[in-house]
Amino acid sequence: MSADVFAFFYLISGVLFTFGLKGLSHPESARRGNTMAMLGMGIAIFTTLFDPNVKGYFLIILALGIGAVIGIIIAKKIDMKAMPQLVAAFHSLVGLAAVLVALGTYLSHRATGNIDGVLMTELFLGAFIGAVTFTGSVIAFGKLQELLDSAPVVFKGQHMVNAALGIIILILGVIFVATDNFTALIILTLISFVLGVTLIIPIGGADMPVVVSMLNSYSGWAAAATGFTLNNILLIITGALVGSSGAILSYIMCKAMNRSFISVILGGFGAEGEAGDDPVAAARQKGVKEAAVEDAVFMMANASKVIIIPGYGMAVAQAQHAVKDMTEVLQSKGVEVKFAIHPVAGRMPGHMNVLLAEADVPYDIVQEMDEINSEFSTTDVALIIGANDVVNPDAKTLKSSPLYGMPIIDAYKSRLVFICKRSMKAGYAGVDNSLFTADNASLIFGDAKTTCEKLAAALHDA
Amino acid sequence: MTLSAQIMAMTTVASGGGESLSPFMTGFIVFILSCFVGYHVIWNVTPALHTPLMAVTNAISGVIVVGALLIVASETGQDVTYLGFFGALLASINVFGGFMVTRRMLAMFKKQK
Repeated sequence: MSADVFAFFYLISGVLFTFGLKGLSHPESARRGNTMAMLGMGIAIFTTLFDPNVKGYFLIILALGIGAVIGIIIAKKIDMKAMPQLVAAFHSLVGLAAVLVALGTYLSHRATGNIDGVLMTELFLGAFIGAVTFTGSVIAFGKLQELLDSAPVVFKGQHMVNAALGIIILILGVIFVATDNFTALIILTLISFVLGVTLIIPIGGADMPVVVSMLNSYSGWAAAATGFTLNNILLIITGALVGSSGAILSYIMCKAMNRSFISVILGGFGAEGEAGDDPVAAARQKGVKEAAVEDAVFMMANASKVIIIPGYGMAVAQAQHAVKDMTEVLQSKGVEVKFAIHPVAGRMPGHMNVLLAEADVPYDIVQEMDEINSEFSTTDVALIIGANDVVNPDAKTLKSSPLYGMPIIDAYKSRLVFICKRSMKAGYAGVDNSLFTADNASLIFGDAKTTCEKLAAALHDA
Repeated sequence: MTLSAQIMAMTTVASGGGESLSPFMTGFIVFILSCFVGYHVIWNVTPALHTPLMAVTNAISGVIVVGALLIVASETGQDVTYLGFFGALLASINVFGGFMVTRRMLAMFKKQK
């Protein structure tokens, strides 16, 4: 086959990938889109098998087979709560694969004497971006999986160290391209591994949605850089699609937290709040009203509209199934129930939606912040489960609050607010929340799952 | 409008000149235009599906497997074979794992009965 025929089939793959992403504009079209993307991948791999550089199939089938088994097992077993970690782990694989392909491509081309400055520049970029993506994602994985402390790791002169590493990598890159020195490529790859670590450790837990999105973007750029080294248009198309996807998600996340991208990258934000001695006693001192499950049940059973605002606390307590039961009971009593999702609820974009979908909550009653905020003034009860910073009215009114300017879910506007909370611990951002002491708000202390189960049971009997 | 203007400009570059383009330039044109396509397609993704979006981009970025396949059996040295083999294996985890987990998630999204 001529190069044009290969390019043609790769183009078809690229178009199918694009349709795959386009399908995600609606849950109904998303499944078909995913199938199209799978077909595109099949065409891409099959086409490649006819490339003159492929002189045997045994190792290819072995590698793809092992990968397929591992991938499918992971995909079937993974808990939806752990999706952010899984995505970070997948990013790291793309990063490492990009490094391996860059090194392998260099050695392969050197063996055939087919190497020039353009190729070496592209290899340098591929190895560099791939390496940073790899270790950066490993650190993100460690923080999300709680193998590492999620608090930011900051030390003096951190940014100087990062800048210095960057400059050293650049110098080694120039040496590699100018002198065709393989050792320089290896060393710069190793230093890029270090840079990936030092770039991500200062970023705290609250900013994880941005980090995951950002690494998504990097993994795309790594694939694109590899595409340049291989003059392969499919890798370039795919890399650009994935790269822009991650970049847009990072932008959406930053905007939803009212943070600039630069300040997230520089890190140091989001130290954990300090736990009080006795949370309930401390809360009473602060003037917080405490409600019993029965109070909430009475109000909700007699409401015409209830909006539930879930946060990561719901996922941690695995309360989503209890929430779903409660929703059904309320609906059977003629109460309108909706869910309000903040863009940064959970630890990655769209995380809450997946957890609710897993618990069989229909997607058409789950709405985004901007869609639902106007409805709170006509809502009888807002029930907040494991969310904190995203409903903090201080973000609108208190200029001194670190959250000031962040868009929030307007739960405080509803007639009554019930907040299911484990303790009076401050949120992920470590900030006090004035909603807890508001006149229309009361707290229900306890584990989110237990509370929701009690609510569902009591509502059933009410 | 911006997009079509871009395409016009790029096509002019691609067809003008008379000499054939370098592979880098061809790749670069494809890259820039794909970024615009990505930009427009991604902004249309509903926020409710942002997690499946990340999972499926994980899967399709596993297309880097193509790069690994091109070197694993190229018979240009033992070390190249090893690098290609592990590259293909890792990327294959991404491809299969990414698509399967996306499928699993999308199957959960149901409408109100």
